Amino acid sequence: MSATPLLELRGIDKSFGPVQVLRNVDLTVNPGEVTALVGDNGAGKSTLVKCISGIYSSDGGEVLFDGRPVHIGGPRDAAALGIEVVYQDLALCDNLDIVQNMFLGREKRSGLVLDEPTMEQMAAETLAGLSVRTVKSLRQHVSSLSGGQRQTVAIAKAVLWNSRVVILDEPTAALGVAQTAQVLELVRRLADNGLAVVLISHNMNDVFAVSDQIAMLYLGQMVAQLKTSDVTHAQVVELITAGRSGGLGLAGDNGNGNGKRDTQTTETTTSAGADA
Amino acid sequence: MSAPTTAPVQPVEVPPPPAPTVGSHLRDYLARVGGGDMGALPAVLGLIVLCAVFAILRPNFMTEGNFANLFTQGAAVMLIAMGLVFVLLLGEIDLSAGFASGVCAAVLAQLVTLKGYPWYVAVAAALVTGVVIGLVIGFLVAKIGIPSFVVTLAAFLAFQGIVLLLIKGGTNVSVRDDVLVAISNRNMPPWLGSTLMLLGVAGYAAVQLLRHRNRTALGLITEPLAVVLIRIVSLTLIAGTAVSILNLERSRNQLVSLKGVPIVVPIIVILLIIWTFVLQRTAYGRHVYAVGGNREAARRAGINVDRIRISVFVICSFMAAIGGIVAASRASSVDANTGGSKVLLYAVGAAVIGGTSLFGGKGRIVDAVLGGAVIAVIDNGMGLLGRSSGFTFVVTGLVLLLAASVDALSRRRAAATGNR
Ligand SMILES: Nc1ncnc2c1ncn2[C@@H]1O[C@H](COP(=O)(O)OP(=O)(O)OP(=O)(O)O)[C@@H](O)[C@H]1O
Ligand SMILES: [Mg+2]
Repeated sequence: MSATPLLELRGIDKSFGPVQVLRNVDLTVNPGEVTALVGDNGAGKSTLVKCISGIYSSDGGEVLFDGRPVHIGGPRDAAALGIEVVYQDLALCDNLDIVQNMFLGREKRSGLVLDEPTMEQMAAETLAGLSVRTVKSLRQHVSSLSGGQRQTVAIAKAVLWNSRVVILDEPTAALGVAQTAQVLELVRRLADNGLAVVLISHNMNDVFAVSDQIAMLYLGQMVAQLKTSDVTHAQVVELITAGRSGGLGLAGDNGNGNGKRDTQTTETTTSAGADA
Repeated sequence: MSAPTTAPVQPVEVPPPPAPTVGSHLRDYLARVGGGDMGALPAVLGLIVLCAVFAILRPNFMTEGNFANLFTQGAAVMLIAMGLVFVLLLGEIDLSAGFASGVCAAVLAQLVTLKGYPWYVAVAAALVTGVVIGLVIGFLVAKIGIPSFVVTLAAFLAFQGIVLLLIKGGTNVSVRDDVLVAISNRNMPPWLGSTLMLLGVAGYAAVQLLRHRNRTALGLITEPLAVVLIRIVSLTLIAGTAVSILNLERSRNQLVSLKGVPIVVPIIVILLIIWTFVLQRTAYGRHVYAVGGNREAARRAGINVDRIRISVFVICSFMAAIGGIVAASRASSVDANTGGSKVLLYAVGAAVIGGTSLFGGKGRIVDAVLGGAVIAVIDNGMGLLGRSSGFTFVVTGLVLLLAASVDALSRRRAAATGNR
């Protein structure tokens, strides 16, 4: 495994008013790997992603990029580092076309004027590179695309830039079997090309099919981050739903749970015993 | 900005879609219209029908003199509507635009008539007043978070009062400055009108043809050359006919000559070109559409949403100031009603009739001009028919309702056919 992770979170806290949604969350993301982030509904996965991308500011904790602490104050900061996010609630503008969406906020210009031909060419090349053949015209409004096509546009938007980390929040949730397979293949290829990929999914089959590591969130706490090859399906489900599985995961209420620690370099147990 | 990592994976050959032909272009257009994206079609059809009806009922509707009147009557509303398009694109509303134009006109009259400043100082002051008004409204909406409906409703009332205060109650401040009066009441010499028209058409043709050549050279999908040519020829015909008619003698009196394009016309055309350029060709314009289409997506794309929201109110009030100056020029005076009564509703109506959506995200500057023309024709035609202004209001209200229904229905249709 590479020496320094590309992206590392340490002790991230986030509250919405009185509700603490993230508690002391750690996460490491390596280049060339797919890191799956799993957890039940409301565990805080999307919130964590939005903290990484600067949509929300975290209340505490550190973000290290390439080993250096960085401050991500907004979407532009994240983009400047090379962090791109495909959001669960797809962030596309229905009234704009595919090219306009892919370059939104980062339009190419010549002087004052938008450089449409260049943007259109770059968009076409990127989509061709992702083997997208189903869109009729790059100039059609995004509203006229199917769910899978929209998802592909969102992913293409993320890889169009010299991105180093691509975070996908449930990219296959709304897709059919064939399109899910396509998107997963795409996810794998991104990692094989050296990008660091974070994949959020509720589908364990998908997670086990493409990920190298699995990070498990339980009620806003990171219970474990393990190599995919070192855990079983059942263990992951248990960790997600109960916060612990055998010796893995959160410490027990009576403080006996530190148990067997995993041997991974990336191992992460939590803020155990917050209630001790 | 980083370079693109195009094709992080092995490219798969994508069969290029067939090049569009005139036929396929027409079919695409019809499909768009059928799918609820009507664009300017309702306004253009409405304009033709209304003109036909009035021409039959009142032959003097179709005189040169009345044709020129349409422009000067509709100018202020068109200009205010142009600014409103920006606000409507964000799904916001500015109810104060009418009285904002009144306030700016009152500032103008104060300075030029009562204080004796030269016209350009007064004009500059009126424009600055517009910008300040827009900044305040935009700040209250974007930073404080008060709905624009409420902020501008409050401003609507307050500005009405400010106009009264500025012109000291019920009096009427006349505007006699030659330059200011000329804006709405004088015409360009016929040769100048023709020359400007030819320059404008030639410029349009050059831009269109260059773009076509550029895209073809880059191997991008381009609309067929025939379509581009048809557009250029149509514009030339329409502009040429309009200017020729306006260049005819329209004075009933042998002693004074009255001919040429009214000076407000090039003002409207230039502002139409500038704002269309801003909306369609600059990143700022793209961001306005994005914020109107999906504010959260725009925010995540790193767009400063608050700044965009403030800016549209500034543009709107700025255009209201220009509308106010034009209105003051036309009446050669400013009174408590300048920018009041029907001005705001006509301006909102103009934008909506032209095809700008009240739901945000959809609209163009030319909508303001087309819709403004529809409103001007109704107002003028009803006047010629000798209908009371009560009747005119009712008809205009119905037309606005019709336009809003078209807007709402085309949205539903678009949602059903997945067009928008
Ligand atoms: N803007 C917000 N304001 C207040 N609470 C929020 C906000 N966003 C999320 N939450 C709360 O934070 C918790 C975590 O939400 P989040 O969306 O991160 O979950 P998730 O793990 O992505 O779930 P899912 O699998 O359903 O997408 C939830 O309890 C949610 O109600
Ligand atoms: Mg989520």
